[in-house]
Amino acid sequence: MWCSRTALGRLQKIAPCTVTGFHRAMSILPKVYVTRKVPPDGLDILRKSGQVQFEMWDSDDPVPRVELLKKVKGCDGILCVLTEKIDAQLLDAAGPNLKVLSTMSVGFDHLSLDELKKRGIRVGYTPEVLTDAVAELTVALLLATSRRLIEATHEAKTGGWGTWRTLWLCGHELANSTVGILGLGRIGVAIAERLKPFKVKKFIYTDVEPRPELANMIEAEYVSLDELAKESDFLAICCALTPETHGICNWNLFSKMKKNAIFINTSRGGVVNQEDLYEALSTGLIAGAGLDVTTPEPLPTHHPLFTLKNCVILPHIASASYTTRNSMSALAANNLLAGLRGEPMPKELKL
Amino acid sequence: MSAQQILKVFVTRRIPQEGMKILQKAGLCNLSVWDSDEPVPRAELLKGVAGAHGILCLLSDKIDTEVLDAAGPNLKVISTLSVGFDHLAIDEIKKRGIRVGYTPDVLTDATAELTVALLLATARRLPEGVEEVKNGGWSTWKPLWLCGYGLSGSTVGVIGLGRIGLAIARRLKPFGVKRLLYTGRQSKPQAQEVDGEYVPLDTLVSESDFVVVSCSLTPDTQGLCDKTFFSKMKKTSIFINTSRGAVVNQEDLFEALSSGQIAAAGLDVTTPEPLPTAHPLLTLKNCVVLPHIGSATYSTRGVMSELTANNLLAGLTGSEMPSELKM
Repeated sequence: MWCSRTALGRLQKIAPCTVTGFHRAMSILPKVYVTRKVPPDGLDILRKSGQVQFEMWDSDDPVPRVELLKKVKGCDGILCVLTEKIDAQLLDAAGPNLKVLSTMSVGFDHLSLDELKKRGIRVGYTPEVLTDAVAELTVALLLATSRRLIEATHEAKTGGWGTWRTLWLCGHELANSTVGILGLGRIGVAIAERLKPFKVKKFIYTDVEPRPELANMIEAEYVSLDELAKESDFLAICCALTPETHGICNWNLFSKMKKNAIFINTSRGGVVNQEDLYEALSTGLIAGAGLDVTTPEPLPTHHPLFTLKNCVILPHIASASYTTRNSMSALAANNLLAGLRGEPMPKELKL
Repeated sequence: MSAQQILKVFVTRRIPQEGMKILQKAGLCNLSVWDSDEPVPRAELLKGVAGAHGILCLLSDKIDTEVLDAAGPNLKVISTLSVGFDHLAIDEIKKRGIRVGYTPDVLTDATAELTVALLLATARRLPEGVEEVKNGGWSTWKPLWLCGYGLSGSTVGVIGLGRIGLAIARRLKPFGVKRLLYTGRQSKPQAQEVDGEYVPLDTLVSESDFVVVSCSLTPDTQGLCDKTFFSKMKKTSIFINTSRGAVVNQEDLFEALSSGQIAAAGLDVTTPEPLPTAHPLLTLKNCVVLPHIGSATYSTRGVMSELTANNLLAGLTGSEMPSELKM
């Protein structure tokens, strides 16, 4: 892996007597650990900056915990992804030099914010650059669920496709429907904007409190959680995972929903009580569900939700477009560098 | 006193209740129905239409000279439960002075919705994702795994900006599409609504990130999407067809997909339908095939059924049809 240390090594071989100056400069370059092989744009930024010396877990798979705890020792900055738990144990292992934690995600439920705040560590994250991709995937998942695309592709492959039939594989259309959003943030608004031309009749939302500025952009009406459940033909979960939202989509919610309703979750798995969802789907309490996030991830292949034709499960790919992942990588790198320079970050998480 | 003539009608399939109720309530006709979800066998069709004044059919019924001859001179109206009419021998029908009813407009929303659903499922690799989840291919979150192509900042090209093409364009716009190109026999004033640019076919094919085929099947469009067509497309482009299968040369499409000449394709229509399960296109990870479900929503099929019934009754009574096909 090409990084500043390698450069130094080469220089030392070429001109040993002149590098002492470099060596001193090198040793005060902030030390960074990158916990995964992130997309190229971010790595290019780190390399070309000349401001850091970094090591990386050069793999598509997560760094083992033991290795991670070893490698963060003495680091000034860490660039991580959402699979790493940044908790007291890790922060202790890193030690007092740690100034910046930059995550390549908009979710931060994997970070112990209290611990980070206590230690005066600044946190960068990646909101906004992934909003389009996530909203797009949410709509894709909604449509795949409501129009039964996965059942349909399966029938086409396995001989279930006879000739054109009038009521075969019929789904529920968005035209004249009510779409409900649980948690109206950037992503919720972007989803509603994409659904509008499908002739949605009404947008409704609930949140900890009304969000008039965002709601006005999509002409959405603020309602209670109960009303959201009762009136939505399509319900999209777009809230952050917090102690308040943990398990909020449970039997209490599902039992109030319409029989033809489609439930979509692309926020975090922990927002949904999966046993209750299974009950709701298998008893026809709601028509279908689409999930991009589960508990745990990955969802074990023998999980009961997989036995249901009306449940579509994706492996957390909401932000998985080439341009978006590279943008996230670049932003995470820039957040990290700015933090290490003691400057404002492009996107800092307020602790 | 002359008895009011009872008109004979043959209905080639069990249709949604909304339409049947209208036919039954009218009390005009002696209804003979092939009461099944499966198509009427040819021999039964030829028998069933004998002496009919009206035929209510589906797109899976070929209404050709043989059927028209079998029906005989009483036949005044053919009402199809579809907007496509490539299954009707229009020249013959026109020659015999038979009127035709069809179902434009009422299925535009459902079909445009399905087209966008198919485009998104193809571009964002949903069927692959679902497969990986089921077969244990999902380990943990990975930065570049299952990445797809987003609509944000893209160029979309619609071949045939008719009712459905325009409805598709409207639905794609808020995904951040940068340019909307379209092609056809002439430019359309309604394209302005979606900032559509009228361009030659070649330009559309070479500049689009997403190519959406939405034209009707005619001698001009048959086999339009062939080797030359695919060779002009971008390597990263996505091809979507929800019009009619015969617009596409399927062998050429297979070549283009398997050689990486284009990134992926989504088809709701094929040749034949159903596509045999052994067909090579079904083996490709980057080809999504749906079994012609463009208009398949409960409400739309119900409305289509009503319209088809009303078209038929109007044809039988010599009145104005809600949706008559101009031939």
